[in-house]
Amino acid sequence: MSVAHSPGIRRWKRPPLIKSARLRWAIGLGAAIYLSFAIGSIEVNWLRVYEGLDRGWAFVIAFTEPDFVKRWRDISHGLIESLTMTVTSTVLGILLSIPIGLGAARNLAPLPVYLFCRGVIAISRTFQEIIIAIFFVAMFGFGPLAGLLTLSLATIGFLAKLLAEDIEDIDPGQAEAVRATGARWLQWINYGIQPQVMPRLIGLSLYRIDINFRESAVVGIVGAGGIGATLNTAFDRYEFDTAAAIIIIIIAIVMFAEYSSGLIRARLK
Amino acid sequence: MLRLEKLVKRYPTGDEALRGIDLEVPAGQVMALIGPSGAGKSTLIRCINRLVEPSSGRVLLGQEELTSLGAGALRRARRRMGMIFQEYALVERLSVMENVLSGQLGYVGFWKSWLRRFPQSAIDEAFRLLERVGLDTMVDKRADELSGGQRQRVGIARALIQDPEILLVDEPTASLDPKTSRQIMRLICELCEERGLAAIINIHDVALAQMFVQRVVGLQLGKIVYDGPPDGLSAEALTEIYGEEDWSATIRKVEDEETEPPADEDTTSPLPDRERLAGIT
Amino acid sequence: MPVGGQGIARTWQRRARSRQFAIWFGWLAGTALFVYCWQLISETTIWAFFWDSPRVAADIFSRMMPPRWTYIEVIWQPLWDTINIATLGTALAIVLAVPVAFLAARNTTPSATFVRPIALLIIVSSRSINSLIWALLLVSIIGPGIFAGVIAIGLRSIGFIAKLLYEAIEEIDDSQVEAVTATGASRSQIIGYGIVPQILPAFAGISVFRWDINIRESTVLGLVGAGGIGLQLQASLNILAWPQVTLILIAIFATVIVSEWVSAKVRHAII
Repeated sequence: MSVAHSPGIRRWKRPPLIKSARLRWAIGLGAAIYLSFAIGSIEVNWLRVYEGLDRGWAFVIAFTEPDFVKRWRDISHGLIESLTMTVTSTVLGILLSIPIGLGAARNLAPLPVYLFCRGVIAISRTFQEIIIAIFFVAMFGFGPLAGLLTLSLATIGFLAKLLAEDIEDIDPGQAEAVRATGARWLQWINYGIQPQVMPRLIGLSLYRIDINFRESAVVGIVGAGGIGATLNTAFDRYEFDTAAAIIIIIIAIVMFAEYSSGLIRARLK
Repeated sequence: MLRLEKLVKRYPTGDEALRGIDLEVPAGQVMALIGPSGAGKSTLIRCINRLVEPSSGRVLLGQEELTSLGAGALRRARRRMGMIFQEYALVERLSVMENVLSGQLGYVGFWKSWLRRFPQSAIDEAFRLLERVGLDTMVDKRADELSGGQRQRVGIARALIQDPEILLVDEPTASLDPKTSRQIMRLICELCEERGLAAIINIHDVALAQMFVQRVVGLQLGKIVYDGPPDGLSAEALTEIYGEEDWSATIRKVEDEETEPPADEDTTSPLPDRERLAGIT
Repeated sequence: MPVGGQGIARTWQRRARSRQFAIWFGWLAGTALFVYCWQLISETTIWAFFWDSPRVAADIFSRMMPPRWTYIEVIWQPLWDTINIATLGTALAIVLAVPVAFLAARNTTPSATFVRPIALLIIVSSRSINSLIWALLLVSIIGPGIFAGVIAIGLRSIGFIAKLLYEAIEEIDDSQVEAVTATGASRSQIIGYGIVPQILPAFAGISVFRWDINIRESTVLGLVGAGGIGLQLQASLNILAWPQVTLILIAIFATVIVSEWVSAKVRHAII
């Protein structure tokens, strides 16, 4: 107890989060050592940073006068590619996520199917989109198809996993009741399970549109199409006004997508 | 009509839920299955329509042996057994009508059910049943908007639209208040009588069971320890089923019910619709 | 009303006709949009490459095998850097995100009309831009290296942490805050005694979760020059040293799995 008795005065100190004092100190010390090592491992070229400050300031200034016009052809081309990639990859991703999500739910799928689907999910979640994009570009050539497939795979990792978890915590009573009527497997899914997971599936899909758009802006860096390539070029040429314009457009689209998906989700309760 | 022979269920954990049950339910008989929690009542009922796979033994519905059926035949056999659940087990985000019609799933193909295109005869029957259970004004309400008693009525309609030969009823009143419990039990028993259905009703409340059923089976640790008429449940019989306890209150209650009909019954008889009204409000 | 009644044969449809029509129209429009977008992509695709891809994939795979295990000597350091980038970046983000979250939450912001929109703008800007783009930007400003990576991760994570945190703050139980206020506590005391204890578990959970994501993200920052294992990946890809690429991928896989395990353990311990 933290109430210590000394004659006359009773002191009180807040009991610490970690009970054992030794462990507390060990963790604190470990953290301090780690931090000093980690910070020490960063080599900062302060001269370069100092030089860069001017450029950083130029970039900030660029936001007050973004240049949409000079590279508008590149921007609009990249933007359309990004948007088409977003739409197609989200649709494709959802269509593939549903069977994989069903397969990855332990209460629906037999063990081999379960392991296979979980494997697909694990791979798509572990590797960052960019790494997968590099491989897809190597396989399918430069262009938005590689980006589309990358984002579809990433969508599976996200959506199928959450869908499977959702299915695993449905109310089994409702599903059992539908099974007891003599329903076929698909009817059982349609009546017993789909109504229970649908609202969240729609919510997550809308959220994924938003993520896919943001990701579509980076896969271009490795040649998989979209606005990322334009942005990369703008930075390479130090054209901060164009870069600022692109970033402003991205932020605006993400805000719009977030706002409208919020409206849809609120209606869907 | 329904016959269980040496039915055994052993769970993978090693628990033996049923230890060789032999039971026969003739057509049209309403039977209560009583016993302490964990006696295997739910398992027994679920072994009949194989929501739980029995480990050994046979289940015969009419001439058909259910325990050896393949998936398709099992589905067709399940149509002949309506099931009513403890927590109603309605699909909460579907409407009342969709829940009732889901009882027809065994009869219609996938695409028809997916598009909600049920045959007109099923829809007529659904309306008739909803009227019978007193919910004809709530057709398009979502199931999670209903009260407990109303939900159980939907559950009953869902079981009946299957046009079953037997009802498997799992603790129909466990989540209901005493008055609604009686109404629901009465409704189930009336419907069984109207349609000549047999029923197995799992129930905790011994007094309630005694009020409505023709036969009581007591289950203890996966074995049948009592099988007889409801008024044969003496203190000794109850002790054998549930263990040592002072049973005088339960038994006295039963005797009261027998000597004079309960007040509830009295007031309902001139007003047969009261139950339905109670269900609606 | 979806229930129509004429005489005895009552019909029933799941939805009213107008609603059904709207839904069909929605599906139609969605499908048309998808087909249109698909065509745009299809036009810029050389489909010969696509049909050839299984062969290419098999070819790449055969080059990747077996991994060059000895290369592990070279990647210990970048792997360590990667973890540092994620950890320090997350720490930086936490420091910056906490005040932003308090300014953005409706119930703690000093001014809902003036300060809150700014805080929300910071959050959405940070969230909209992928850490790789932040890295691109920072490399171009302060030059390549781990430092750019740390800051990129930090900037990206501010929005994530602040958003989840301010949502948690908005969902707290008001009666506890009221009780503390009733004692005559000052504004900062109210936050310290009424709000912080309520959001602490959520906060810790969010931070660990983001750290886990950041490990993943920092594995690729090197591709644009911001340090970590990505640099080695880029270098190996440039010289087509596929066996090295395989080893790097294995190393990333292992690191991510371990970090996921650690984060799950820590979150479990907190909640």
